[in-house]
Amino acid sequence: MNKLVEYKNQNAQEFLKGLWDENPVFVAVLGMCPALAVTNTAINSLAMGLATTFVLLCSSILVSTFKSIIPKQVRITAYIIIIATFVTVVDFALAAFTPAIHKELGAFIALIVVNCLILGRQEAFASKNPVGLSIMDALGMSAGFTFAMLCIGIPREVLGSGSLFNIQLFGDSFEPWVVMILPPGGFFMLGFLLLGFNWYSQKKKERALIKQKLN
Amino acid sequence: MTEEQSKVLPDLIEEKEPSSFRLILALGIAGLMSGIILVGIFIYTNPMIKANKEAAIKRAIFKVLPGCETYTPLKLDDGKLIEKVASDDNKEESDKEELLIYAGYNTNKELIGFAIPGDEPGFQDVIGAIFGYDDKENVIIGFEVLESKETPGLGDKIFKDADFQTNFSALAVEPEIVPVKKGEKQNANEVETITGATISSKAIVKLLNKSMGVWQTNIDEYIKENKIRVSEKHE
Repeated sequence: MNKLVEYKNQNAQEFLKGLWDENPVFVAVLGMCPALAVTNTAINSLAMGLATTFVLLCSSILVSTFKSIIPKQVRITAYIIIIATFVTVVDFALAAFTPAIHKELGAFIALIVVNCLILGRQEAFASKNPVGLSIMDALGMSAGFTFAMLCIGIPREVLGSGSLFNIQLFGDSFEPWVVMILPPGGFFMLGFLLLGFNWYSQKKKERALIKQKLN
Repeated sequence: MTEEQSKVLPDLIEEKEPSSFRLILALGIAGLMSGIILVGIFIYTNPMIKANKEAAIKRAIFKVLPGCETYTPLKLDDGKLIEKVASDDNKEESDKEELLIYAGYNTNKELIGFAIPGDEPGFQDVIGAIFGYDDKENVIIGFEVLESKETPGLGDKIFKDADFQTNFSALAVEPEIVPVKKGEKQNANEVETITGATISSKAIVKLLNKSMGVWQTNIDEYIKENKIRVSEKHE
């Protein structure tokens, strides 16, 4: 019984760490290229998040399944082959089913291959852990990435075009902050969020320290 | 070696170096599997991707040639415009980008004009556009931007601003199209530029002039050769 609870806890932990404590964008500061480049609308952010989720999940499952077969000396090459395959699958699928989104995301779909987040998880986690845990880790990390993309994308679209998921929110009197959907807006928003995230985690640390001292 | 190090690298220490053959085999199998998956997804999605592209062009042609019901793609062959036959699609050559224009016909199968794609560097990146040319009146009757990364709020008015679009309802192409300031349009060959987006507007004018320069003689010859509307032309 205890083992079962422990097992469940471990799964939940692997999932949650990616979402918050080790968030790939806000804590690890990985995947900056898509986080800055395609977060000009909420729909683009979501599409990029989901595309990355698919690639990360499939790669983690494969890498974790075949970890004992892949020779250590060529592991990075093998991971890249696996990742690139799934990225190409996503690229073709988006072009076939959602041509409008594919046109907007452009080269950044192909650039998922070099997203450090994905190769990093294969090397740091999937190649050392069982399939089940790797799935939880991949889901957690990609949920964290998608969450971060939306955190940047939603305010940028709302402020920059006065709309959310292409639905106009304000009347004609709203003058859009055009800078928010231009490249500088990405840097502003990311910097602002990183500041908030760091401030919060520092406060948390301080509080824990005070508690420790009191005890 | 410290205890900590041997903990991190237990496999590398115990394991023997695998033979080169095994390394090549592992990567070969990975590459093969990857290839099979990619071929599969390509075969599955390629028809859809082609259909999407065609649908996008069709939408654009119908927009720039009002009243257009059917269209035929024309390609340049030895300096002459000829109809591009559908069977050409099966040839491998069709993969490389050919320059095509489209002849549009109305419900009575009468030629109403040509849809001509073109591109020109704008403010940020190359602007891709397509426009409708009425050879009978020698005017441009429609214009649509296909690809643009112009500045949101300024340059993107070339496809968002309704006032700018009205420039292209009957724009004479001879003599050369010239950009003028907003509200100063007097002649049929003038385009009113957008305030705050002069570079983007002028790029459009350049694009139109360039494309007309490339295609006009070919179009005239095509009409003469196929004896379309000859009587009307010589009236």
